Amino acid sequence: MGLDRRVFFKVLGATGLALAIGKKASATKSSNSDVEFNGILYDATRCVGCRTCEYECATAHGLPAPKDEVEVVRTTNETCNTVVNTFQTSKGEVHIKRQCMHCNEPACGAACLTQAMHKNETGAVTWDGDKCMGCRYCMVSCPYDMPKFEFLKTNPKIQKCDMCFDRQKSGEKPICVTNCPNDALLYGKRRDLIKEGRRRIYEKPELYVDHIYGEREVGGTGWLYLSPVPFEELGMNTTLQQSSYPALTKGFLYSVPSVDLLLPPLLLGIYAATKNNQSKDKEDE
Amino acid sequence: MNNSAYPIAKEKEIKFDWKFLFNELKPKGKWLTPFNIISIPIILLGIFLIVIRYWKGLGSITNLTQDVPWGLWIGFDVVTGVAFAGGAYVVTFMVYILNMKNYHSIVRVTVLNGFLAYAFYTGALLLDLGRPWHVINPMIGNSFGASSVLFLVAWHFVLYMLAELIEFSPAIAEWLGSQRAHKILSGMTIGAVIFGITLSTLHQSGLGALYLMAKDKIHPLWYSEFIPVLFLVSSIFAGLSMVIFEGTISHKVFFNRISDKNEKAQNGIIHGLSKICAVTMFAYLVLQFVVFIHGHNWSYLNTPMGYWFLVEMIGFVMIPMMLFFYSYRTANIFMIRLAAILTMIGVVMNRLNVTIVGFRWDAAVHYIPSWMEIIVTLAVIFTEIWIFRWVINRMPVLGDSPSWAKDNK
Repeated sequence: MGLDRRVFFKVLGATGLALAIGKKASATKSSNSDVEFNGILYDATRCVGCRTCEYECATAHGLPAPKDEVEVVRTTNETCNTVVNTFQTSKGEVHIKRQCMHCNEPACGAACLTQAMHKNETGAVTWDGDKCMGCRYCMVSCPYDMPKFEFLKTNPKIQKCDMCFDRQKSGEKPICVTNCPNDALLYGKRRDLIKEGRRRIYEKPELYVDHIYGEREVGGTGWLYLSPVPFEELGMNTTLQQSSYPALTKGFLYSVPSVDLLLPPLLLGIYAATKNNQSKDKEDE
Repeated sequence: MNNSAYPIAKEKEIKFDWKFLFNELKPKGKWLTPFNIISIPIILLGIFLIVIRYWKGLGSITNLTQDVPWGLWIGFDVVTGVAFAGGAYVVTFMVYILNMKNYHSIVRVTVLNGFLAYAFYTGALLLDLGRPWHVINPMIGNSFGASSVLFLVAWHFVLYMLAELIEFSPAIAEWLGSQRAHKILSGMTIGAVIFGITLSTLHQSGLGALYLMAKDKIHPLWYSEFIPVLFLVSSIFAGLSMVIFEGTISHKVFFNRISDKNEKAQNGIIHGLSKICAVTMFAYLVLQFVVFIHGHNWSYLNTPMGYWFLVEMIGFVMIPMMLFFYSYRTANIFMIRLAAILTMIGVVMNRLNVTIVGFRWDAAVHYIPSWMEIIVTLAVIFTEIWIFRWVINRMPVLGDSPSWAKDNK
């Protein structure tokens, strides 16, 4: 017998451990599919670019007040969770608000190895500072580049729109929705928002392009956009895949438990086989 | 085996232990070697920069931006460094699983190299973490992000380091003269090897899988759903080239630590490894070609990034592969070493192309590492070499084990 008891137990132990890890790996959240997420419908035809949402957001989140530099196309950053940009388009000036999209299946959440990035039942994707270790893998993964990192802080945080999660919990609407003077923002169940978006497009087809951005992009996002012009003209990425981002790593993640389980016995078999050969060689000599 | 001898031997050990350890900690040999003169100031400067980094934040010494959150410390230290540490799992597979005994003399040094590489690259990872005091979170179970590739990579890293430590531990036991520990630890080798190889295949590919969700950020010539497989295959010849390269240097620098038998075996080993490199590089090239065709990437070839891709594939994969084949036929050790160096440059290029050069290649402002990031990287590498040298000069790594250890097997 080429395989002694000790080796056997060791490999058994190793396999067991691998099994335990593998199990953890394949367990994904299944409860989310039953939950109806909240979302926000943004209508670019109604937005006048007053940037009230920017100021209110900054105040509510304790961030510095936004600067007055409307003419450049700005992006969100670690001191600013939302921006309203103005584009010169084929239909004249159009404004567009940008912030975290709160994806149904967020790439940042799948990327996070501590579950610091988390899609809540309210629909908000939030960040938990007690769990985050600052690896910034969420930033690498996010197709919209929304998580922002405080590179110049000793105790850095990840900043991004949290859909006013605290207000949501107490039944209030996000601060930008409450304060929008022109009803460009509508807060509600995502399913109802899509219906409402379709209704608006159906009733005024000359006003809108026939596309709700966020309905299918990256598997669906919490923020939904209506626009009078094709979304490329507003600097939105329209080439993103329709399926969810975490699906990109699924194949690899599923292969992990199989490899962890199947490779050790195979190696052990080869080991036992070559060991036998060797002892035979010795006997032959 | 004489059981009654143990108590006496043990008493002796305990008596001499501290003095022995203290003596061993002291440096041996000359101080003012060229390597020391270069490395000491860089390590000191690196420590100074690390203090600033923890005091003022990551942005104070790195050129990282919101768009490029991972730079040199991840792309080179971790992703490239781990590829070069791949030699350990390949060599342990050959020696312990396939029973290729003629490669036995390089096992210890390769495993030591691998272990130190992992220890230091995980260390470099701590420098890069924004909130390193939470690094234990994915380990202790209060927050398992089980759907994360990085979670798997982290676990496989930690467990693999443990496996490599067990694989190397008989050498530590021999150094300390602890016979009983040696017997126990040697008995654990096969388990650790099997475990280690399994973990390696997954975290070598896992490092590639980390970038799967950066689909729209990496240049299409370097992004494909096959990144994990490509990373795994290239880690085989990356690791073996490192073994060839490191062996060449070690046999010059530590000639007094090498036994005659191992010295004689060295050329034969390098010769054998060159064949494995050649064959795996051929497989890698075929795979790259299939991925290239599959991705309909012809249109990218006639662009600056396309030329750069061709330089990598032809200049630093195909040419060293042919050199390996040629030198295997003609048993030309010098050519093998040259091929190994070219291969290593190619692997560095590949990993940096995925993680830095091709990452956000279309951005207006490109990430270029700051000189301070480079100094810290050099400091990490030099410190690793210091520890490597310290171990080689004390433990039976390149030379023969003490005679009692041989009976123990």
